[in-house]
Amino acid sequence: MSAAGHRCGCREFTRAELARRSFAEAGRGLPAIEPGMPAPAGTGMTRRSLLLRGGALALSVYGASMLKPQAFVEGIARAAGTQGKVLVSVFLEGGIDALSVLAPVNDDTYRRLRPQLRLAPGAGPAWTEDTRLQWHPSATPLHQLHGEGKVTVFPGIGYTNADQSHFTSRHYWEVGELSTRADTGWLGRLLDVVGDDENPLQGLSLDGSLAPSLATARVPVAATWGASYDLWAPGVWGEVEDLMFESFARMGVAAERSRDDGLSGAGRVVRQAGALRTQLKAFSGEIASPVAYPDSEHFSESLAGLAAMLGAGLPIRVASVGAPGSYDTHDEQAGSFGADLAQTCKGLLAFQRDLEARGLDDRVLTLVWSEFGRRPEENGDGSSAGTDHGAGGNAFLIGTAAKGRMVGEWPGLKSLDEDDNLRSTSDFRSVYCSLLEQWFGVDAAAVVPGASGFNRPVLVG
Amino acid sequence: MSVPVHRGRFGAAQAERLLWRAGFGPAPGQAARLSRKGLRHAVRSLTRPRGKAKLRGPAPHDDDGLPLAPGDAWGHDLLWWLDRMVRSDQPLVERMTLVWHDWFATADVGQTTLNLKQNELFRKRGLGSFEELLLAVTVDPAMLVWLSGNENERGAPNENYGRELMELFTLGADNGYSEDDVREQARALTGWTNDWDESRGMVNFRFERDRHDYGRKSIFGKAGNFDWRDSCRLCIDHPAHARFFVTRLWSYFVPTPPPKRTLRALEKQYRRDRNIRRIVEAILMHPALYEGPRMVKPPIVQIAGMLRARRRGIDTDSWTWIADEAGQRLFQPPNVAGWDEQRWLDTARIGGRWTAAAQNTRAAEIDPDGYDPNETAAAAVRKALRFWGDPNLSSQTRGELQRFAARVENVATDDWQQASYRGLRQNALRILIAVSPEFQTS
Repeated sequence: MSAAGHRCGCREFTRAELARRSFAEAGRGLPAIEPGMPAPAGTGMTRRSLLLRGGALALSVYGASMLKPQAFVEGIARAAGTQGKVLVSVFLEGGIDALSVLAPVNDDTYRRLRPQLRLAPGAGPAWTEDTRLQWHPSATPLHQLHGEGKVTVFPGIGYTNADQSHFTSRHYWEVGELSTRADTGWLGRLLDVVGDDENPLQGLSLDGSLAPSLATARVPVAATWGASYDLWAPGVWGEVEDLMFESFARMGVAAERSRDDGLSGAGRVVRQAGALRTQLKAFSGEIASPVAYPDSEHFSESLAGLAAMLGAGLPIRVASVGAPGSYDTHDEQAGSFGADLAQTCKGLLAFQRDLEARGLDDRVLTLVWSEFGRRPEENGDGSSAGTDHGAGGNAFLIGTAAKGRMVGEWPGLKSLDEDDNLRSTSDFRSVYCSLLEQWFGVDAAAVVPGASGFNRPVLVG
Repeated sequence: MSVPVHRGRFGAAQAERLLWRAGFGPAPGQAARLSRKGLRHAVRSLTRPRGKAKLRGPAPHDDDGLPLAPGDAWGHDLLWWLDRMVRSDQPLVERMTLVWHDWFATADVGQTTLNLKQNELFRKRGLGSFEELLLAVTVDPAMLVWLSGNENERGAPNENYGRELMELFTLGADNGYSEDDVREQARALTGWTNDWDESRGMVNFRFERDRHDYGRKSIFGKAGNFDWRDSCRLCIDHPAHARFFVTRLWSYFVPTPPPKRTLRALEKQYRRDRNIRRIVEAILMHPALYEGPRMVKPPIVQIAGMLRARRRGIDTDSWTWIADEAGQRLFQPPNVAGWDEQRWLDTARIGGRWTAAAQNTRAAEIDPDGYDPNETAAAAVRKALRFWGDPNLSSQTRGELQRFAARVENVATDDWQQASYRGLRQNALRILIAVSPEFQTS
């Protein structure tokens, strides 16, 4: 949360964060895959190449603490090669301003509510499904994919009586129900139904720690950061460096055997770190992507690495990555919004093109979401104008298999909710139910509480 | 019934552990000096410092050589405090400040000077009465902003602070209070507000009678026209508070839970006067601290300790991002529950600790050309240990260092390699010591 956010009244802290914190701890500290293990059977590749082609990521494994590392390798091997459907979750942190992504540029109310922040007619391409709305210029990559029938737009997504706390609303989206007590994510529960007991890669968080939406009750999932794992050793190189890392790992192995819990825990982490670094050093460097990504930021690297891992046949079923920037634009929205949105959309376009080049695009859908939209009436004046927390917002489902037809209509500015926010015309839980059933072939009732009460928009096909 | 006291050896090794648990590790030679005082005097030298803290060593500056601007420049808040951790001659005062920063975890409220003032409050009251500390924290401006105390007014109570007051600060989750108590606490806490000044930001934090709900409240089954002071005292007097307090305080110093008899004795002691210092002293003299398992050093303690061992002051902004990478960005706890000490070490976090070690070795990096071609493995290890102030390491860790040093000689087959490999070896040994599992713990 940005400092600006604190000033503007979103500093409240709720049970949601505590709940998140507690379940993010589940099963922490399992051993990572070690060197010297046999190549996973059935993958047609050595374990090293598996890691190489998988983007060479450091793994933290969560859940299923009784399993030995060998079991994970076998689990990954067994699950590899299955051409399952994949869902990527991309989170726009902070609550993105829907009225700036798809702007009703000729709407009188919009022009009145947004004297500073309104977009000029013609500044971006019109949205073909509802020509009252116009894409932000930075969202042009989405417009492009939409024109190819590869983007399903949710122009007013949310839930009734929207909570305007970042934490609470985000938590609802993550757990797939309006409960602050829920302690597994909706994608985690999907994995608990369809996942493998021994394949942590099936649920991959790419931002360094477990994404709450992937928190499981039963099966293991993994967290990685970026696409490299390197330890910087100034003044040490060549054979001496190799020996140093060997000793580093050996100190870990020895300490792990200690009867002293504190020392043994530290030893385990040192052993894991040493093992990872040893595995990865032979192929450190850039991932060879068939397309150009916009820059070398974490978001691009994560998506490029994810595409490479899928290309290598790694058995990933759901993955999570945070979009660059912050959309909590309480003030000076004009300054940051366009740049953040451009980074995000360019990265998403490159990812889709990457998947197409690798022939994976039929297998992957990407859900882009945010915890809420923002208040239609802007605040402040002059260049400091921003928007406060709202309700109804935007989401996008991207992929060759996406239906490409909007779900729910644009709610309009004529009838706002009691807090003067946009109403929602589709419910995020409906989207989850449709994805579960139409994409994963799983009965949504097993994953989303009260699933029978939600409609099922057609999202795939 | 009294709290057990460590009767075993109190040598340099034990004093070193004490300095890591109650401070930021020893400066070279400090552990041996402290051990000569004996346990009781050693502990009291930490818990009962005299006068104002003195900062010894080089004054801090940023990458440009300029003085720190903790209230203004990004990351300088951390650098400013890290400097105190490194240089203060009252390490326990700083360590207790860190304890309270975690206990009453307040992230940057967008006006860093308010967080710095809160930090000063922790420093000033961190070893006194917990009741007084709690009262002061409750109306501390940063806390009022952080947990919405300044938006809690009659007719529109905000439960944010009232809930955390019980759940995180005094009683523990679901430990002897109801949702009704949360709502009534919120009413009792109404009345605080502040002004907004265009140039100075949030100013003039104060209690306003008009904003306070003077009606009757019922909290923990007691009824009265409670205000914010009553709110705090009701929590302090709650039967579940003493156990919560001593257990949580204990957990900052000892990784194993307090034995039952110890717990009862500490509770009894605490109930007498709510004095923090005496409980800390009892914990620091307890056998469990010296005889129990090792404890992972918090990342910022590890970083400060390396600088102390090197007698190095703050001379770069890098410590801010390194601390973040290692998992403990001061003034940015992950949430109001503070840092999760179970997450101090994983493969991502150890990367930050490694970077911190490398940042220190690079500052004194040895040029392998022209290094002593005859240095023995044992001499190399001794020299590298001296680099870090001769930390107390087990024979197992020393053995691995020695083995590494010898293996380097085995691969140095050509004449030209004799000097350069030994130079590289010294750089490597220094890193290895600081990233060893043993050095991550105390």
